[in-house]
Amino acid sequence: MLEVTSVSKDYRGFHLRNVTFSVETGEHFIILGPSGAGKTVLIEIIAGIIEPDSGRVFLEGEDITSLPPEKRGLAYVPQNYALFPHMSVFDNIAFGLKLRHLPKGAIERKVREVAEVLGIEHILHRKPKTLSGGESQRVAIARALIVEPSLILMDEPFANLDVQTRGRLIREMKRWRRELGFTALHVTHSFEEAVSLGDRVGVMLEGKLVQVGGVREVFSRPVSEEVARFLGFENIVEGTAEGNVLKTNGVEIELPIEATGRVRVGLRPEDIVLSLEPLKSSARNELRGIVESVEELGPIVRVHIRTGGLFLRAFITRSSMMNMGIKPGAEVYVSFKASALHVF
Amino acid sequence: MRRDYTLYLFAAIGSFLIVYITLPLLVIFLKQASDFGMLVKTLHDPLVIRSLRNSLLTATATALIAITFGVPLGYALARMEFRGKSLVQAMVDVPIVIPHSVVGIMLLVTFSRAILDSYQGIIAAMLFVSAPFTINAARDGFLAVDEKLESVARSLGASRFRAFFSIALPIALPSIFSGAIMTWARAISEVGAILIVAYYPKTAQVLVLEYFNNYGLRSSRPISVILVAMSLTIFVLLRWLVGRERNA
Repeated sequence: MLEVTSVSKDYRGFHLRNVTFSVETGEHFIILGPSGAGKTVLIEIIAGIIEPDSGRVFLEGEDITSLPPEKRGLAYVPQNYALFPHMSVFDNIAFGLKLRHLPKGAIERKVREVAEVLGIEHILHRKPKTLSGGESQRVAIARALIVEPSLILMDEPFANLDVQTRGRLIREMKRWRRELGFTALHVTHSFEEAVSLGDRVGVMLEGKLVQVGGVREVFSRPVSEEVARFLGFENIVEGTAEGNVLKTNGVEIELPIEATGRVRVGLRPEDIVLSLEPLKSSARNELRGIVESVEELGPIVRVHIRTGGLFLRAFITRSSMMNMGIKPGAEVYVSFKASALHVF
Repeated sequence: MRRDYTLYLFAAIGSFLIVYITLPLLVIFLKQASDFGMLVKTLHDPLVIRSLRNSLLTATATALIAITFGVPLGYALARMEFRGKSLVQAMVDVPIVIPHSVVGIMLLVTFSRAILDSYQGIIAAMLFVSAPFTINAARDGFLAVDEKLESVARSLGASRFRAFFSIALPIALPSIFSGAIMTWARAISEVGAILIVAYYPKTAQVLVLEYFNNYGLRSSRPISVILVAMSLTIFVLLRWLVGRERNA
């Protein structure tokens, strides 16, 4: 339904280059990328707020590249939600319907319907500045969905929420989509949102859309080292492969596939198991190493380990760090399944 | 704990200016209070009443004209990028640096008989010196409105024009009104340019000067007091109304 073809734009230090992708009806499409990748510029081009330097945008087959925002039939939810501060929540939500000159009764009924699905009926009389982050987000989404847009554009819809609210609202958004049935294009830097909400995901790095595919496919088979690094393959090991063995820095690693010559493999820190004794499992690569340093990240810790000439990073929980007495200088066994390795 | 006296020191130094502004106001009111008869007599002088009415009407008309032209200009300055924008911006502030007598001469040279000794002349002089307050306040008010609000309104189906009237204008309104009040206040306190362009119809500001020249201090004082009392009352009232609107 939405087709973006070779869109390029230089805008305030962002450089979009040849962005091409499409969104199908009923889909929740996620553009995933670090901040500064140009995600907001892309969404504003689709919304009609910024005009691209080159490339076209099609909606339902119609070229909308030079249409003003009000002629596109899309709804835009910016990162700060942009609720109209001088209007009540009710008037915010009703705004699009009033523009369409619906009768008062119909507006009232529709606002209440949407508010009920989003659980905000009790705040309809309030002014936006009295709302919490979660409430503001629901109001912004209600205001967008009530006009039944062909596509809803969401810019980091969960970024301004605390962790608990975010988790709850992500679960709820799935329900809203089931009940209200919308098509969404959603840009975010959060893997959590991509994995829990996305049907398909496009990875955007430095203004380029580098990989598009199903969520599982993108996360398990990144097309390049940059994508892999961004998606959390913190360990990237380069070496010489022979058959299904990779030799690097005096260490031999078993690969999931056969390869020859210089290859690089990626390994996620959460796929590494640390132990004090060797694990009795043949299906694993097992290396002995020394803990170099420990980085506390709240409930989990990132452990930096040196095995021979190889440096690896592993995630373990705080409590297992305490139990195992892991600290700089400790000797540990590092193990991981060959199937957790991703060969580029 | 050692107390921090820096702020107290600054407040003490700064209060000089507050006293300096307040003192003459107090003194003129007190002096006039001891000469109440003259005040009552002045209030019954038809010439005085007419001049006060002239001042009020022309200042109010000036503020309305400044809003009519200043709000669109302020919005354009806030939302458009174009070559020479800083030049336009500087032109807006130019009236503040030109001596008011010179303003009068310039206006007279340019528009001559069209404004000489007429209400148009008074308003022309007032508008020239006081419009920057409304323009700048409108521009700042619109700059403070997140452009995303208008983008969202447009994506929901509002034209640019509609988004201006339903979103940007209502949000910037308190700022615009503050600016218009300043314009009104600056207009009613203008003398220099008016003296040159339009000595008649007589405004209260000019009448004060005339009474002072012809009859001395004692005669010019009562109208001064009435003019100040009236302007201050309206000024304070409007500021209070706008402040209340802002906090609502």
